[in-house]
Amino acid sequence: MNRSGVSFLAVLTLTLGCLGLTGCTRPTAANFEKRLQEQLINAKPGDVIELPEGKFHLDRTLSLTADKVTIRGKGMDKTILSFAGQKEGASGLLVKANDFTAEDFAIEDTAGDGLTVQAADGVIVRRVRVEWTRGPNTANGPYAIYPTQCKNVLVEDSIARGASDAGFYIGQSDNVVLRRNRSEYNVDGYEVENAEHVDVYDNIAAHNSGGIGVFNLPDLPKQGGQHVRVFRNQVYENNTPNFAPKSLGPIYYLPTGTGVYIMAIHDVEEFQNRIHDNNTTNVYVIDYSTALSAPIKDTRFRPFTDHIYLHDNEISGGDKSPDVRLDGVKALMQVGGGSLPDILYDGVVDPKIAAGKKGQNPGQVCLSNNGAPTFLNLDAANGFKHPRNDLKAYDCSLPPLEAVKIPQVVEGSDKATAGGQ
Amino acid sequence: MPRVARAPSPARRCHRSLQRTGKAALALLVLLAILTACGRLPPPPVHPFLQEPFPEKLSDWHLFVGQSPRLQPNQRVIPYDLNTPLFSDYASKYRFVWMPPGTSASYRDDGVFDFPVGTVLAKSFAFPVDGNPGKNEERLIETRLLVHSKTGWIGLPYIWNESQTEAHLDLAPDPVPIRYTDSAGTRHDFTYFIPNANECKQCHENNHAVLPIGPKGRNLNKNFVYADGPANQLAYWTKFGYLQRAPAADQAPKVAAWNDPDAGTLDARARAYLDNNCAHCHQPGGTAGYTGIDLRVTDTGLRTFGVCKSPNSSGRVGTLSYDLVPGHPEQSILLARMTSIRPKEMMPQIGRSVVHEEGVALIRDWIQAMPVDDAACARNPSHPVPGARSRKPGL
Repeated sequence: MNRSGVSFLAVLTLTLGCLGLTGCTRPTAANFEKRLQEQLINAKPGDVIELPEGKFHLDRTLSLTADKVTIRGKGMDKTILSFAGQKEGASGLLVKANDFTAEDFAIEDTAGDGLTVQAADGVIVRRVRVEWTRGPNTANGPYAIYPTQCKNVLVEDSIARGASDAGFYIGQSDNVVLRRNRSEYNVDGYEVENAEHVDVYDNIAAHNSGGIGVFNLPDLPKQGGQHVRVFRNQVYENNTPNFAPKSLGPIYYLPTGTGVYIMAIHDVEEFQNRIHDNNTTNVYVIDYSTALSAPIKDTRFRPFTDHIYLHDNEISGGDKSPDVRLDGVKALMQVGGGSLPDILYDGVVDPKIAAGKKGQNPGQVCLSNNGAPTFLNLDAANGFKHPRNDLKAYDCSLPPLEAVKIPQVVEGSDKATAGGQ
Repeated sequence: MPRVARAPSPARRCHRSLQRTGKAALALLVLLAILTACGRLPPPPVHPFLQEPFPEKLSDWHLFVGQSPRLQPNQRVIPYDLNTPLFSDYASKYRFVWMPPGTSASYRDDGVFDFPVGTVLAKSFAFPVDGNPGKNEERLIETRLLVHSKTGWIGLPYIWNESQTEAHLDLAPDPVPIRYTDSAGTRHDFTYFIPNANECKQCHENNHAVLPIGPKGRNLNKNFVYADGPANQLAYWTKFGYLQRAPAADQAPKVAAWNDPDAGTLDARARAYLDNNCAHCHQPGGTAGYTGIDLRVTDTGLRTFGVCKSPNSSGRVGTLSYDLVPGHPEQSILLARMTSIRPKEMMPQIGRSVVHEEGVALIRDWIQAMPVDDAACARNPSHPVPGARSRKPGL
């Protein structure tokens, strides 16, 4: 090939490369932000928006409303959308679109939440990192990966760090799989709130203030979260001092050093998890009204916790340094004779259930084959008069909950679809 | 009065031109030119675009005629106003509506009218020109079109050029620095963020469908000074053929003008303010529907106004506990969010860069005037932990 041919090709390549977002000389920050937002606005179903390698600064919330769009970077440590000093909007990326996929990029230092997905049917978040790079800080945004009121959600192989509430938050959603993620240095690792049909497995929750919470709260449009499976997770050393801002919001009252907690929900199965060295308690099963003092005005809300099946977990090393920041935890330690157990249960049973079912365990809280954890039933319903260590009373089994089926996870291709036992 | 509204009508300008034209020899040519320029030959009618591609220039829509800044409405383009508008950084707003000939909107008591396909709503935003306090000159920043296209409503931001001769479609507009001194001598210096085409939907979307926000019966039910005299807007639209099945103005619901103490009680004006500044998101199906807060004026449940309701973590501000504490504005997150300009805390999340002092004062007075009911927000006494109620063990 002669010289002119080479240069012609070079010019052609450069020109073609400049047509997309990728390839050109590194765009200026403002230019990158504007062009990316334009791409998101103009996106059509089926589009893949490729993000180049590099760290890009953005001032404003990016938003997507077109269905069936994929945003794909070059890797969660190679394509970084930094919102440090964000000037407008609370989220990093705000998605209100169905069949959305986010892959292989990072969102850093947003003013508020990181990746917010609202009212979407069909969500995949894969190999995405959301992080506040200064580490735990009260002023960090509350939620890193934040799907709300969604259906059919898959979040996998992602990382969340530094959220002042939860690294991974699943709220008011239905049919969700959270797997193989890592959540660390957040206040809460994972929260499943007012959601149903959720599988949480093969995740790591470490060095948060609390590991994995499964619960319902009043006053949200969707009530009645239930049917949650938490299995094969590693939940350890969640002892980072709780850095949520002080307010009545429940998260401030999450004791530092909580492994997994279950509150105001029924039909939860947690199994084959390794839960260890969470310094207040490894497992916390509790009624809403025992834990929190906010008034319940929502007549739809049920504060009770029952039909809970914890089995075949490895649980060890709680109570090393309970969170005496909370007076209530100190009070519990008094109830427990100066210490707290691996598994803490308040013993509160819905009076309706208790009236209909006599016997030791009308609430159907089954705690079986979890090694040799220490245990305390606080007897909160009776003013903490008769706390008991009667773990044997809860040695029972419940039918395993069915695996969550979502279109993004093909049955048979993954052993995760295997049942609980 | 702003310059955009004061510009002489084409007819008046033509009259002056004609007076200046003396030479008979030139009369024919000049007359022809003037006939064209002055609208004796009518300007081309509004050109609606109901599907992509949308025109790059605002002038291609033919919504406006005359010289720059071009806000003299074309034929069949009607200006309108609202009892209680959305606050947008103290910008002046100029609203216009156009519907295709032979079509009309259907009146609804609640919610926005049922507008025909082809409807164009135009809202222009202007700020005072810097360095000319008292002259009331304004600079147009943007004109937002909300177009009822074949596939639904779509928002199109057109950004005015420096010379104010044209506005260009820009789906992701850059922020604009705004600097001026107002008539009271207060200096304003801030960055004005023009919502991008997706952000339009953030406010205008409900259950995945884009809808107008302002032109509801209750908010349009007021007098407007038209070129041919004052008239009630509902009556005027009806007479013009733009509105069907509207009741007589005095029979139709009417939302209070937020800033006119004669227009309604404190409660009515505060509710009107929240209705048009917050409720587009804060209602079921809206962007903030998931919060459980419903701020529509038609909503009657105090609980959904946030009384004694804990926010989720995204809604928290400082150490405040509840969205709204009757009698205690200083403890109410609702007011704190209106008073903040920090992205994480402020409400609305977009479309506001400065605090609406008068709006904040209204809502503060409203919360202050609510009967104090500390018991309503008292913490739950059931299942007491031994000791004080503050000794809950936590989550």
